[in-house]
Amino acid sequence: MRARVAVAILATVVLAAVAVGVALLSGAARPDVPTTPFAAPPVTGLPAGPGVLARSTAEGPEYGRLVVAGRGRRDVLALACVRVYAAGGTGVCLREEADAPGSYETVLFDTRLRKTWSSPFAGVPSRARVSASGRMVSWTVFVQGDSYSDAGAFSTRSGILDTRTGDVAGTLETFAVTRDGRPYEAADVNFWGVTFAADDNRFYATMSTGGRTYLVEGDFAARRVRTLRQNVECPSLSPDGTRLAFKKPQPGGTWRPAVLDLATMSETPLAETRAVDDQPAWLDDRTVMYGVKRGARHSDVWAVPADGGGRARLLVPDAESPAPLG
Amino acid sequence: MYLSTVRSAPVAREGGPVRRLLSGNVLALGLVSLVTDVSAEMVTAVLPAYLVLGLHLGMVQYGVLDGLHAGMTAVFRLAGGYAADRWRLRKAVAGFGYGLSALARLGLLAAGPSVAGIGGALAADRIGKGLRTPPRDALITLSAPEPMLGRAFGLHRTMDAVGAFLGPLAALGVLALAGSGQAFSAVFVASFCAATLGVLLLTLFVRDRREPAPLAERRARTSPQEPLRAPGMRRVWSAAVLLGLVTIGDGFVYLILQRREDLSIMWFPLLAVGTNLAYLLLATPMGWLADRVGRGTTVMAGCGALLGVYVLLATGGGSVPLVLLLYGTFYATTDGVLMACAGPVVPERWRTSGMAVVQTGQALAYLVSSAAFGAVWQMWGPAPACWAAAGAVALALPLCGRWLR
Repeated sequence: MRARVAVAILATVVLAAVAVGVALLSGAARPDVPTTPFAAPPVTGLPAGPGVLARSTAEGPEYGRLVVAGRGRRDVLALACVRVYAAGGTGVCLREEADAPGSYETVLFDTRLRKTWSSPFAGVPSRARVSASGRMVSWTVFVQGDSYSDAGAFSTRSGILDTRTGDVAGTLETFAVTRDGRPYEAADVNFWGVTFAADDNRFYATMSTGGRTYLVEGDFAARRVRTLRQNVECPSLSPDGTRLAFKKPQPGGTWRPAVLDLATMSETPLAETRAVDDQPAWLDDRTVMYGVKRGARHSDVWAVPADGGGRARLLVPDAESPAPLG
Repeated sequence: MYLSTVRSAPVAREGGPVRRLLSGNVLALGLVSLVTDVSAEMVTAVLPAYLVLGLHLGMVQYGVLDGLHAGMTAVFRLAGGYAADRWRLRKAVAGFGYGLSALARLGLLAAGPSVAGIGGALAADRIGKGLRTPPRDALITLSAPEPMLGRAFGLHRTMDAVGAFLGPLAALGVLALAGSGQAFSAVFVASFCAATLGVLLLTLFVRDRREPAPLAERRARTSPQEPLRAPGMRRVWSAAVLLGLVTIGDGFVYLILQRREDLSIMWFPLLAVGTNLAYLLLATPMGWLADRVGRGTTVMAGCGALLGVYVLLATGGGSVPLVLLLYGTFYATTDGVLMACAGPVVPERWRTSGMAVVQTGQALAYLVSSAAFGAVWQMWGPAPACWAAAGAVALALPLCGRWLR
């Protein structure tokens, strides 16, 4: 018996040492911690447009930081985010809390990259968006399934903040839903991928329930959404407000970017043949951009004409989560 | 006779009264479950972040991976139960299940960004869990005298829940050591280390009853069906299925609470933590109570607590801590106690299969009831759905009490 206890104690010590050792080593070898100095000091403000704000996936000191690409330059900013978007002088950054690895927060920043508002959330960052005026901000996070039961299904939560009034809707699940013209209530309602209209009240988003996904149009002040159409995910309203770029579900669980004309409700597939899982953004009224995954750690931002013609071109290499600037 | 093994079990040194009452085998099994649950919950805590941020998988892919688990456990639970009885390999089957789950952690590391690889690793983990649960519970029933089974299961479930409680904290600890929320590999390695320790503790300290079956029994009972048809077994199985049918699922309970209180999403995970806390504090006292006042009575009391939960959810009454306390009480008075009821009614020869059948019946009934609850919610809204669930518990309460008497 004594021998067995000795074996158990020894094994506990060895296994604990392995666990701690690997944790410490993986910290030291972490590629997203700047170990080499930047070529140029990080920029402490948003450069003037035109350009694309994105999150860098370039190995080295840049990884995870924001970059602004345009006019043949690529400026690295003094801010790291997992998801980012900016418009009208307001930026939203979903990032890991500095002193609590594994915990995330929503941070708003101004053009000097100063924090103006922040709120922690339980979950994993997924999408972020700001209205063109910079007043309305939205974020989507994955919420872990309940780990204590076997039925821990995934879910997503989308929140909206009105920066002028401070009014926050923590989750759109509390909004009244009208589906196909009738009031609808279900426990499995999930929202993701919000985009705002120019009036800073109307918005579009994806809603899922009963195994279907819907494009919904929402009214923030009235706390209401209504379904418009099925199989339109992660909408993104064009600058002129006439079209939605979105990701269209394909058989086999992938997506392709497409554009929906809101006046005619006709869909146009875009000239992108690869699978794209991103909320698109508009570079201008004629061009849609989105991230395309390359391996597990890297991504590139591509652009494609919004009319379905032409072909996709590489816009910003080694970047994801693009937002147009200026 | 099994109490005599206390002497040789180092883990029994902790408490005076416990040591007198329970065999070291129960403590050893509890300790194995504790470290295994630490290992499992470490992975659960970081898995969404790993899939979404580490691998850039979309939410639909995550949903598919997650849904894969649910059905898998049932089949392997029955298979594992049968194998353990057929070849009298309770400890070996349990050990294989624990080992498979441990290897699944390495599988996650090896799979890299491959969705199929990750799906395989998660499936292996679930198969391991399905295989090990019935032989583990059967070993508990064989490690304590019948009048103390409630306490034995209570103690085991407390230790199990402590592990589930510590797991996410351990994951955060590893991330903090590495100084990055992206140090998923380090979490998987630490989780593998914990799981390996679990297998080792099982090998070193858990004992199976190894005496050969009497020749007559071996000849007479070649099929597990006969003992499973015994009237006692039928009653326990019916009670388990009934319990499964009136349980709407944690997800719904927490969702209603969150909406009702308009809780910040920051607080949402704490609802599960609160329930688990009540469960781990109450499992042992409730097991003791079950031995004193009767297991059927205790399960009835648990149904009463569940009835309270549903009524509070339907009416919007009661504070969140009260609801969680009642909900944790329901688990503490039913989960282990039901297994304590199941043990004695199945002959030892087919004990593991019996436990597996009871557990599977309850789990499948629960799938049905949560789907039904979702449908009622969709048709009439959450409050009527809660009233319907409360009505179902009220009907089930006397039946459970009678069947488990």
